Amino acid sequence: MKLNERSLAFYATCDAPVDNAGFLYKKGGRHAAYHRRWFVLRGNMLFYFEDAASREPVGVIILEGCTVELVEAAEEFAFAVRFAGTRARTYVLAAESQAAMEGWVKALSRASFDYLRLVVRELEQQLAAVRGAGGPALPLPLPLPLPLPQPLPQPLPQPLSPTPAPPLPRWPTALPPKENGCAVWSTEATFRPGSEPPPPPPRRRASAPHGSLDLAPFARLHECYGQEIRALRGQWLSSRVQP
Amino acid sequence: MRYNEKELQALSRQPAEMAAELGMRGPKKGSGESGPGRDTGSGVPRRLVKLVVNFLFYFRTDEAEPVGALLLERCKVTREEPGTFSISFVEDPERKYHFECSSEEQCQEWMEALRRASYEFMRRSLIFYRNEIRKVTGKDPLEQFGISEEARFQLSGLQA
Repeated sequence: MKLNERSLAFYATCDAPVDNAGFLYKKGGRHAAYHRRWFVLRGNMLFYFEDAASREPVGVIILEGCTVELVEAAEEFAFAVRFAGTRARTYVLAAESQAAMEGWVKALSRASFDYLRLVVRELEQQLAAVRGAGGPALPLPLPLPLPLPQPLPQPLPQPLSPTPAPPLPRWPTALPPKENGCAVWSTEATFRPGSEPPPPPPRRRASAPHGSLDLAPFARLHECYGQEIRALRGQWLSSRVQP
Repeated sequence: MRYNEKELQALSRQPAEMAAELGMRGPKKGSGESGPGRDTGSGVPRRLVKLVVNFLFYFRTDEAEPVGALLLERCKVTREEPGTFSISFVEDPERKYHFECSSEEQCQEWMEALRRASYEFMRRSLIFYRNEIRKVTGKDPLEQFGISEEARFQLSGLQA
């Protein structure tokens, strides 16, 4: 099967923080010797290098669908990465300490895409539940006192994206295209790109000149939007620094 | 690079997030990796394209084993001609895999799905949701799973 190995190698050696790294002994085959290799876990891929300074991995173990177990082996601190299937290979690895072994077993057993997706879906639902799906267009007053937002590049409450808002819980589509990462937006009702600006607060005093509204609701509105926008900007700016 | 091909083959048989027959063209010859494989006749080769976790498998329409797989990390999905999109990778943006869809809707659907298909995108989503929930409830939702200290879920994971 063809595989985009060059891209794989770049993923292995890119600058983003890794999920785990360290020396492990890898058993060559059923009756083979152990080789000491530098292992790097990133996502659901376990890369191994000749040593920590190598620029290209010797190989990779695709972890999707594996189970991780402790094993009885001549080697101390050994564990196995096992796959289902009749001719599936079992990778026997050994760490250099008890703590390292436990760290690897934990990290590898949580490395699958499936597992991550499950957690994300769970959190998606939790967030919708705590915010109340399809909530009011105006943000609810927050219980804590908020600092006033710093001046923002765009006047509030301009839509930040020209596309219509997708329904919960999908992500907006027309974000600046990036390498497979999107700026992380909140899609929930309090800040919906492309929607009408919220109606101004109602006037309190009929006799007041047109500008003089009760400032308290507006200030709170401004604070709430400002906080959302600062958080979104922060997320977007930090996700622009791509791994 | 060595890799566990049997497991990748097994993965290609898993239920797909999305699957469709699309026209597929690989990067131009002479750039190292070749395209979707040998084909007779003219026209863009048709492939059964299947998205499973962060891999895009592509099969000849009458074969059970995939011709190849693309790991979708650090990839860029770009609209090309109408109904067509391409996948390229951050380190080599000119080498593109082109996919021809049967409609604009299908093209849009695939582009959206592929942009969200990477592990790294999922991770950022998790971190985002975690922070949002923490903001609203004051509690860390990962505590219930016992994974709040897990390195892969920390905010520092967002920085390059």
